[in-house]
Amino acid sequence: MTPQQVTLRVNGVLRDVLVAPSDTLLDVLHDRLGLKDVRYGCGEGVCGTCTVLLDGDPVSSCLMYAVQVEEREIVTLLGLLGEDEALHPLQEAFLRLGGSQCGFCTPGVILTAYSLAERTPRPSRDQIRYELGGSLCRCTGYTKIFDAIESYLEDRACIEEQALN
Amino acid sequence: MTVTFGPTVDELAPRPPAPENGRRRDAAFEYVRVGSYDEAVEALEHYGARAKVLAGGQSLVPMMNLRLVRPGVLIDINGIDAGQPYFELDRLVLPAMTRYCEVLASPTVSAGSPLLAAAVSRVGNVRVRNRGTLGGSLAQGEATAELGAVMLALGSEIIVYGPRGYRTIAAEDFFLGYLTTSLQPEEVITGLCLPLARPRRGWSFHEMSRRSGSSAIVGVAANVELAPDGGEISSARLGLIGVADRPVVGSFEAVSSLEGEVPTLAQLDAVAFAVAAATCPVDDVQASGSYRRRMVRVLARRALNEAVLRAGGRVGTA
Repeated sequence: MTPQQVTLRVNGVLRDVLVAPSDTLLDVLHDRLGLKDVRYGCGEGVCGTCTVLLDGDPVSSCLMYAVQVEEREIVTLLGLLGEDEALHPLQEAFLRLGGSQCGFCTPGVILTAYSLAERTPRPSRDQIRYELGGSLCRCTGYTKIFDAIESYLEDRACIEEQALN
Repeated sequence: MTVTFGPTVDELAPRPPAPENGRRRDAAFEYVRVGSYDEAVEALEHYGARAKVLAGGQSLVPMMNLRLVRPGVLIDINGIDAGQPYFELDRLVLPAMTRYCEVLASPTVSAGSPLLAAAVSRVGNVRVRNRGTLGGSLAQGEATAELGAVMLALGSEIIVYGPRGYRTIAAEDFFLGYLTTSLQPEEVITGLCLPLARPRRGWSFHEMSRRSGSSAIVGVAANVELAPDGGEISSARLGLIGVADRPVVGSFEAVSSLEGEVPTLAQLDAVAFAVAAATCPVDDVQASGSYRRRMVRVLARRALNEAVLRAGGRVGTA
């Protein structure tokens, strides 16, 4: 129960924090490091609003303790931003196609979709649906989320093809 | 008239004051990281009943966040080198720390136990599958865990390690009751042992839930073996989830009546009906007991039919 110092690698930056063993990764990222894009939703790993990428894979930060993730690569939505905080093309697609309304679930949705896109170049709509089954959105009805992800994947495939020619 | 009430929950187990941000969170605990199963058992012996083993944390940590359990010590076994699934004679051996995502990505598992792979694809959500482990799921002993149905249908074994060394527990003897298994307090699960898929053995997994990733209302795993030289069933087993306080085997009496038969659909339905009739599911927030029982019949029939066909057998329509 003694607080201990851990070094977290968050969005490519090393951060030293003093944590108790019971501090979840979510507590530390949101409350201590001020990352507003990691959000408390259910505390049970069901809703997906606290999603972060741990070594590239989506995990619920409410179900991990900060002491567990020392020296691991943690990426939140802010970590996807480009130079001068330019939006990631996936975020652009969400804006263009109305994939985000109140925005509370959006960071988790985008990180989950991003990780799928990194592993699977052209996932089917069913694959996208399966992967995002654990990211609850109360606004959009999901259709526009899936549209935005598909649009991003298509754009990316086009760009890659043009680069080859 | 005076009415006296028993002690409140807070009197029985006083809570620490709510944190300033009003968020429910787990109570303080001590955190111990171990690098081997020897160290894990040593720590379990040292801390006793206050300690809990932390594997993937996808069941334990939600329960801690909800304050349903409050361990004084967490023994983190994530640092133990898990190793990969492998074949040993006619068995598929899976290290307990195999995560669901590794099960799904493993060619060894998809060849050695397609039933396990199919069932695991229905587990939780992508984040649960990225962290959750096979051993952790078993240790939790949830009544609706897909893995339970698979272990029982296949007649698998669970390898555990404790102060007196290794022992093997048959899946039928493992699940004892609500969140209760035959794992002793100072023992830790190290591996799972499943019979290998082979020709003339067929499998099937069917589950229904309210939403993808929600816990199962009812789930059925089937494992059917055909005689080497004909279409007759030589053995059949069902594992059921969501119908009792733990994963259970489908009525042996009912299912074994299929032995020596080339079944018809009507016969499979009669067996599924008998399997359902032998269960006593209770009502809960997701579904009533009688609804669950009716779904057992539907899913058991579909699972048996599909397993017979996968084994290379046929199902008569008469």
